[in-house]
Amino acid sequence: MSWHRFFRRAKWDGERHAEIESYVQIEMDANVARGMPLEEARHAARKKFGNPTLVREEIYRMNTIGILDIVGRDLRYAFRALRHSPMFTLIAVLTLGIGMGANTAIFSVVDGVLIRPLPYPHSDALVGVWHSAVLQGAPFSNLNLSSEMFATYLDHNQTFLEFGAWSNGAASITGMGDPEQVRTLAVTQGVLPALGVQAALGRWFSQDDDTPGTPETVVLTYGYWQRRFGGDKAAIGRAITVDLRPREVIGVMPKSFRFLGVAPDVILPLRFERSRLSPDDFSFQGIARLKPGVTLAQANADVARMLPIWTRTYGLSPKLLEVSKMGPALRPLKQDVVGDVGKVLWVLMGTIAMVLLIACANVANLLLVRAKGRQHELAIRAALGAGWGRIARELFVESITLGVLGGALGLGIAYGGLRLLVSMGPANLPRLPEISIDPLVMTFTVAVSLLSGLLFGIIPVIKYAGPQIATALRGGGRSLSQSGERHRSQNTLVVVQVALALVLLVGSGLMIRSFQALRSVQPGFTRPEQIQTVRISIPEVQVAEPERVTRMQSEILDKIAAVPGVASAAFASALPMEVDFRNVNAVSAEGKNQEERLPPIRRSKFVSPGLFKTQGTPIIAGRDFTWTEIYDDQRVAVISENMAHETWGEPSAALGKRIRVGTAAPWYQIIGVVGDVYEDGVHQKAPGCVYWPAGTRSIVFAIRSDRTGTEGFLKQIQQAVWSVNASLPLASVQTLQDIYDRSMARTSFTLVMLGIAGAMALVLGIIGIYGVLSYAVSQRRREIGIRLALGAQPGELKRRFVRHGLVLAGIGVAIGLIAAAGLTRLMSSLLFGIKPLDPITYAAGALILGLAAVLASYLPARRASAVDPVEALKAE
Amino acid sequence: MPSRKSPLQSEMVQGTLDMLILQTLVLGPAHGHTIAHAIERGSEEVLQIEHGSLYPALHRVEERGWIASFWGTSENNRKAKYYRLTPAGRKQLIAQTTRWEQVVRAIGRILKPAAE
Repeated sequence: MSWHRFFRRAKWDGERHAEIESYVQIEMDANVARGMPLEEARHAARKKFGNPTLVREEIYRMNTIGILDIVGRDLRYAFRALRHSPMFTLIAVLTLGIGMGANTAIFSVVDGVLIRPLPYPHSDALVGVWHSAVLQGAPFSNLNLSSEMFATYLDHNQTFLEFGAWSNGAASITGMGDPEQVRTLAVTQGVLPALGVQAALGRWFSQDDDTPGTPETVVLTYGYWQRRFGGDKAAIGRAITVDLRPREVIGVMPKSFRFLGVAPDVILPLRFERSRLSPDDFSFQGIARLKPGVTLAQANADVARMLPIWTRTYGLSPKLLEVSKMGPALRPLKQDVVGDVGKVLWVLMGTIAMVLLIACANVANLLLVRAKGRQHELAIRAALGAGWGRIARELFVESITLGVLGGALGLGIAYGGLRLLVSMGPANLPRLPEISIDPLVMTFTVAVSLLSGLLFGIIPVIKYAGPQIATALRGGGRSLSQSGERHRSQNTLVVVQVALALVLLVGSGLMIRSFQALRSVQPGFTRPEQIQTVRISIPEVQVAEPERVTRMQSEILDKIAAVPGVASAAFASALPMEVDFRNVNAVSAEGKNQEERLPPIRRSKFVSPGLFKTQGTPIIAGRDFTWTEIYDDQRVAVISENMAHETWGEPSAALGKRIRVGTAAPWYQIIGVVGDVYEDGVHQKAPGCVYWPAGTRSIVFAIRSDRTGTEGFLKQIQQAVWSVNASLPLASVQTLQDIYDRSMARTSFTLVMLGIAGAMALVLGIIGIYGVLSYAVSQRRREIGIRLALGAQPGELKRRFVRHGLVLAGIGVAIGLIAAAGLTRLMSSLLFGIKPLDPITYAAGALILGLAAVLASYLPARRASAVDPVEALKAE
Repeated sequence: MPSRKSPLQSEMVQGTLDMLILQTLVLGPAHGHTIAHAIERGSEEVLQIEHGSLYPALHRVEERGWIASFWGTSENNRKAKYYRLTPAGRKQLIAQTTRWEQVVRAIGRILKPAAE
């Protein structure tokens, strides 16, 4: 017996057939020779041979591989059985397909984001270099590098194989058609070697490119190279004008190159002048590749060793480290990339798994109904000699076939869903381009298909393929009514479904309430949909003197303010929640004894007069800046209310006090206190913020108008800008609402996903209740008919069925409430302004399910009461 | 599932039939019809078999490599499948005959005293 012959059985059989024919011919010839008539001769020959079919079958069987043949037959049987009830098959496969599609899709996201390693060789040796500190009494583990720290670590580290610093920003590129604003990534020479990535074309930055005074260079990313140079290799060596400064293109990155969450267009060298390092600017991100064998703990110890070297070298107070409890907080680079989305994804995975469980319960219910209908058939087959093991196997093969069909459909659904997801590109989902259906996802889907097949297949098998199977014959399928016992497994399934559905409803309800709570937070600005933003940057090469820059900016502002429909306009270095332009400084207050330690870290913004009015931030005490103060470069500042409270007790007490950046800069006098702005999104505490007089080259205009976003309006704004300076590209053209929405992306993403899951669960749960009751009604038509004939009131019958449905739903809801109380605790970190045990949400969830259950029970109940007794009895 | 074993499938008879086929082919190649008649005659009509039952045995023996087959023409010009003994089959026949004789002798020794 061999595989070879197994697959060539047909050919063998043909040959055997010829051989048998040959025997019959020869025997016949012999018979004829003995004088028999032809017909008799043929007949005698056949008789002598015996049954040729039996012989061929025997040889055929000799060539088969037993188990394959059995499975093949069972599969054929299963397919035939499924084809015979297309509605059942369609519903079961659709239910499973949707459930498995959702699971496959979410698992692909989990796989792409959380499981798969970063796309760099030996990526587990990569770490993000961060520090922890206690700032204003609160622990903080996201303190970046200052340039001085970078220099210290570069010189003194013992555990880093490669080490680099980077920061991202924007620049304008001119001289090639319309001016264009591009995303930039500024890196020191060590970053790419740390990642272990090579330039696809040309070369990467060398030590020289990092050194100030050498010719300026730029490396292009693949996308930008394709877009602006059409993938022309001659781009290497050409000069492009970045912020009006010519830079030589020295290399192009590979297409697959990704840099954490940043999608830069061009990469610039980050240059630190050793003699002019800034002590207060903690805005560089560090990245390091650990030497082979070095653990994270050893690297942390290494950084802890270098921190005192840093304070000593740059003449910082030795007490600084002690007072601010500053220490190393290196972490795997993957954690930096993935961020806090992991929690969301696991919660989603759990949620979607529950949806699949509900779907499985539904299919199990369908199978039960089906098996019940086939009970008679099964019993007859058992009586004719089919072992119960064989019947069980057939039922299993059937349910696993369903599972696999569902899985195949699910794979298709997941593929479509993922394409949709990637094209929507939720802002908070990292590694989006890496999400795909890979072998691991396929394995997952196959495993889930088989497992669910087994899961929902096992219940009918236990109930109907057991050794007791033959007893079904006795009832003859005509037992008067179904005993309670026979409905038990169906009822249990419905209870489980309702309970799971309630958990999901409560989960999505909690997200809705969180979202409401977030929306109700006054973010520190008003009507963000009315605020148009446009960012420009005036390069140093074009306008050298800072004072002239400000003049030009205010000139543009005047033009913008004159555009029809503009209520007010102003500009700032960054608008609320503009994370990419966050500026962080240590700011000390005079006479508050903050010089000894690291002064509190504040947000810094440089703003024009009128910004507070335009964005709707209330002035609590004092006043706004004036243009005179801006032009005369007066040392005045406005601070946020919480900073005033924290430092001086109350807003008015802050007026006239002085603050400065770090410990050596000039003092600025506080002239105003304004309302807090939730810079990090409304789900996080509003940080203390200092507003300095405008004076940055890169500014963003805030333009309040009810014409925001219209094409005509944007054209006019562009005209206004270009009437003053025609070489300025316009960037970040959006509304403040867009920025605000992005800050809530995580919550809204979770909300949408949980909402979908909750809705699916609700629908599946309702179908479950409806299905079981409808079936019960159809099975009990005879009983109902007799009852009606004996004088039962239709209304009473109706109530009985509704009561049945409600009892099931009630038990399910009770179990679901307990389960929800336990499970929603897992998502407490995703909630905002609401407890995981929020009674309103629980009550609402239970109510919705209850109402749905009433509806789902009422329809079949009405059918029961409409049974015509004569018809029902005749039908039997 | 209920199996439909033909009488010739029991282990003992199988081995015997195989041996008879090999024995028949010692004289030279033959087709199924000849073999069937030869066995019937050779066993002095003791083995009254349906000739069809021979074919699964032929197939099995061929699978084991003891005989080989080729299509040829019969004495009266019919197309027929011929079988011939392979060297492995010849060795097998000798081994089995020896073993068979041993078994027969052993059975004989056991039965004789009782028969007397």
